Amino acid sequence: MQIRVIPGSNAAIYRQIADQIRRAVVSGQLAVGDPLPSVRQLAKELVVNPNTVAKAYAELVRDGVLETQAGRGAFIAKRRDVFTKTERLRRLDAALDTVISEALTLGFDRDETLERLRLKLDRLDVAKP
Amino acid sequence: MADPYAIRAVRLTRYFGSRAVVRDLDFVVPRGSIVGLLGLNGAGKTTTIRMLMGFLDPTRGRSELLGRNSRELTPEDRSRIGHTVEGHFLYPWMRVRDCERFARETHRHWDGALFEQAVRRFGIDTAAKVSWLSRGQRAGVSIASTLAAEPELLILDDPALGLDPVSRRALNETIIEFCESGERTVLLSSHLLDDVERVADRVAVMVDGRVLVDATLDDFRSRVAAWSLELPHDPSLHHMIPGLVHSRPVGSRWHVTVADPDAETTASIERLGAASVERLEVSFEDAVLAYLSRSRVGHSFYRGEAS
Repeated sequence: MQIRVIPGSNAAIYRQIADQIRRAVVSGQLAVGDPLPSVRQLAKELVVNPNTVAKAYAELVRDGVLETQAGRGAFIAKRRDVFTKTERLRRLDAALDTVISEALTLGFDRDETLERLRLKLDRLDVAKP
Repeated sequence: MADPYAIRAVRLTRYFGSRAVVRDLDFVVPRGSIVGLLGLNGAGKTTTIRMLMGFLDPTRGRSELLGRNSRELTPEDRSRIGHTVEGHFLYPWMRVRDCERFARETHRHWDGALFEQAVRRFGIDTAAKVSWLSRGQRAGVSIASTLAAEPELLILDDPALGLDPVSRRALNETIIEFCESGERTVLLSSHLLDDVERVADRVAVMVDGRVLVDATLDDFRSRVAAWSLELPHDPSLHHMIPGLVHSRPVGSRWHVTVADPDAETTASIERLGAASVERLEVSFEDAVLAYLSRSRVGHSFYRGEAS
């Protein structure tokens, strides 16, 4: 996968890196057990401070997206629930609020929005029932 | 390693005549870090660097590089410190490989491969004459000569001034690679906020000869807050908002930026009675500009009838 960072945006660079890795995992671009480049290697590739990459990785490890094996580097972890049900719901609601307000602003009605969401989910293998 | 700091300044002060250019500067650079030194022109960055390097005596206070007093650096100490000046002076009649030979003679350690690699990254032909090179390429030669001496501490005074995008990229790559081992330290003065956000892990912001901020990038960013308020008039006209940097109209709303917000700030925002209050995300650039423009608040046009 290709990670890109844009300085000067509202999201800190470590956040951009973490979000892109998260997205790649969700979309299936990265699978369980896939290795990630080392902190130094990715820092060099993206031309960013190594501490910035380390911070992104640390956050992903904390959230259970990555696991590190001593001497072998970081890998995509098997999904496990590190958050409580309530916390997961809270995060989902926050994300949906953005989607809903955007959809309404753009003039889509309830059915159109739901249909679009279903279509997106269908495209991802992971979310299929 | 006994001393955790590569640079330490204690109440460093310098007057030129009756004007204090650097005032009571307390500031440290931890070993292994890349620190971006930011500030408007005339904020005292170059004067500070000249004092750190021992080229200029402080009026008061002192500073240490790699644990040695700046005023008593021996040639041995200096061989462990790399320094580039603004503008990257080189002799125009020399060829690039003469520049290397010249620099090699004056340094204790020399890594020729590192020089080659850095020069190549800037797209420079070693047979070229300095006078044929672009400004970015001259910067490349100057930085390559500084790095090839394998300093433990690198002090770059506005190295990116006037560089084209390709040379800027090469400069950033060179700095990151130079620090790969995590043992080398860089102090980088710059006006290019995007580049500092990329390569630095800490920032120091100088305003009017003082260091107002000395923090990690993320801590720094969290010290500036902004709100979007739905109000018919400028909230700063009739209300006191602690730490206010500026307020400006955006459509039918007012955007208010505050440095070092505390409970009182939040309370004062609530007291404004806006129809809606929205907290805004603050980018690194917003945060830097907030501090730099605050320096002008006291002097002139911001207080009172802010535009």
